[in-house]
Amino acid sequence: MYAVNSEIQAASETLPSKHALRKPVNMGQICRWLLLFAGGILMVAPIAYMISTSLKWPHEIYNLSLVPEEPHLENYIYVLEDGRFYGWFINSIIIATITTASNIIFDSLVGYTLCKFRFPGRYIVFIAILSTLMIPTEMLVIPWYLMSQSLGWLDSYWGIMFPGLMTAFGTFLMKQFFETVPDDFIEAARIDGLNELQIWWTVAMPLVRPALAALAIFVFLGNWTAFIWPLIVTNSVEMYTLPVGLSSFGDEADVQWELIMTGAAISTIPTLIVFLVFQRFIIRGVVMAGLKG
Amino acid sequence: MASLVLRNLVKSFGNTEVLHGISLAVDDGEFVVFVGPSGCGKSTTLRLIAGLEETTSGEIEIAGRVVNHLEPKNRNIAMVFQNYAIYPHMTVRKNIGFGLRTSKLSKTERRARLEEVAEILDMTDLLGRKPSQLSGGQRQRVAIGRAMVRDPAVFLFDEPLSNLDAQLRAQMRLEIKKLHQRVGNTIIFVTHDQVEAMTMADRIVIMKDGHIQQVGTPSEVYHRPASTFVAQFIGAPSMNMLAGEAVENAIHLKSGAKINLDLGLKNGLPVIVGVRPDDLHPGGGASILEGTVTVQEPLGPETLVYVDTVNGEVIAKADGRVPPQVGDHVALSADPDCIHVFDAESQEVLTRPL
Ligand SMILES: Nc1ncnc2c1ncn2[C@@H]1O[C@H](COP(=O)(O)OP(=O)(O)OP(=O)(O)O)[C@@H](O)[C@H]1O
Ligand SMILES: [Mg+2]
Repeated sequence: MYAVNSEIQAASETLPSKHALRKPVNMGQICRWLLLFAGGILMVAPIAYMISTSLKWPHEIYNLSLVPEEPHLENYIYVLEDGRFYGWFINSIIIATITTASNIIFDSLVGYTLCKFRFPGRYIVFIAILSTLMIPTEMLVIPWYLMSQSLGWLDSYWGIMFPGLMTAFGTFLMKQFFETVPDDFIEAARIDGLNELQIWWTVAMPLVRPALAALAIFVFLGNWTAFIWPLIVTNSVEMYTLPVGLSSFGDEADVQWELIMTGAAISTIPTLIVFLVFQRFIIRGVVMAGLKG
Repeated sequence: MASLVLRNLVKSFGNTEVLHGISLAVDDGEFVVFVGPSGCGKSTTLRLIAGLEETTSGEIEIAGRVVNHLEPKNRNIAMVFQNYAIYPHMTVRKNIGFGLRTSKLSKTERRARLEEVAEILDMTDLLGRKPSQLSGGQRQRVAIGRAMVRDPAVFLFDEPLSNLDAQLRAQMRLEIKKLHQRVGNTIIFVTHDQVEAMTMADRIVIMKDGHIQQVGTPSEVYHRPASTFVAQFIGAPSMNMLAGEAVENAIHLKSGAKINLDLGLKNGLPVIVGVRPDDLHPGGGASILEGTVTVQEPLGPETLVYVDTVNGEVIAKADGRVPPQVGDHVALSADPDCIHVFDAESQEVLTRPL
């Protein structure tokens, strides 16, 4: 899914080339553009193949040509008519949305506390949270599984979501961003009679909106594309998330790539929407944060 | 009636004591300015009054009530911060209205109050704007407005003008003073700018290293400074300090000059003689110092001359039309009434000119 962002970036980076060409061109510039062009192709290629494959018939999917012999929409019709796809789509939407909301709330709550309150052990707590960043997911999967098993969380939304409801990275990101909120704002609000929770929500949170938007994009995309954990924790086909579900298209002997690619193409749509919506916040937020006072 | 009383206020951060017993009574409606060099504890004092920091010991009384253990919002104070602290994501109306959150007024009363404040601050047209669409002075006025709507017993200002340029600062200074005359609330105003202190205050509190050095009207602290510190801090350019010695009924300066002042001082007591540049002129009667002009600073009606003397460099004021030139040898004289004498050891004043 990150490829999707990169595609947008690449597109916006190659745009100004027309203007640049009007000026005298030097070698450095040509090299730069060539490099960017190569990078752009590298990032766009998988997506182009995804879409191209989704328009092919099964017999030509191992043909590397980017242009299908006879493009058709049968795959899309098949996937959309297959009832399972909707279920997985809804599962993914629910899981990614709840996880994103949870991260926005709890990461920023903890980040704010670590940043703006002085209490004994604060530094140790911070270091402890940070150090969890160094443990790879692959190592955590087994403990999570055992935990879910003994608590009866297997094959449930909660089971899929619980490891990601709060992240160390998000907490760290929010703590760093709250550093940019001057204490005066918080003290002024305290004098104005807000309690600490209100200060966090009505004063501090709006001031870090760009960070919240970035966090929302990260978390949403991360959960939308998560594969290993949902694959392990779910058993029934109805509980699958989209990536897990798509990978199950076809049987062991015959992977139906054209259907997987079709599903993947459709599944990029929500991520595009999320990105476009929150990107606007990021830009607005940056404009706002650039002002003094 | 006293609207604010500080009794022996002490504040420590960890093991460092930064305020060493501040005592002060402020009358209702008084405009008191805290002034002092950076790090002397002005902000800390203000934050203690506001309740943003806990006192280590001592008592704070606001409007007849000891408030040491009250939350900031219950202390009946309002504070204006140096960088305004107006919320960038709210309109001016919301920002000002924020100050009324805890009030028990009805919705219509709130509205009326808000509009009244906007009217006083001349901001009625700006109520719908966001802070980003305001100038620095207007933002500062929003911050003042947010404090004003609460109609607090005491207003606290922490260097509210230091982010503004010189011209705007002068203008806001006047506006705040007018505002005070109009609304009449008690104001505690912190600054490190002695001009601000002199022009706005009913009373000035001069602080240094966590101690109050002197409390008095602008005229008192200017004309009758209690210590060399106050004498040099107030007034620009600062007072000339000349080392000397008490001898019988006079003071002998290093320059050899004798100043006849009958202070009844002990013979041989080391003293410091203070003369403001405004009171020290080239020529005139009995000279107390002489030296060579090293720099000349024309101010228009007058010219400042820097004179190199055996007592070190001193600044004197000359007539702007015929000032001495650089390199000229000049004799400087001062009216004995304008001479301050301080104890060289304690740095405290021995006599105050009338
Ligand atoms: N939170 C704190 N922790 C430790 N020391 C502090 C703290 N706040 C202030 N101090 C110390 O207390 C002393 C007084 O600080 P304060 O901010 O009151 O000075 P000030 O008079 O307002 O100076 P300025 O004109 O620079 O604002 C300083 O030496 C400062 O280092
Ligand atoms: Mg200060």
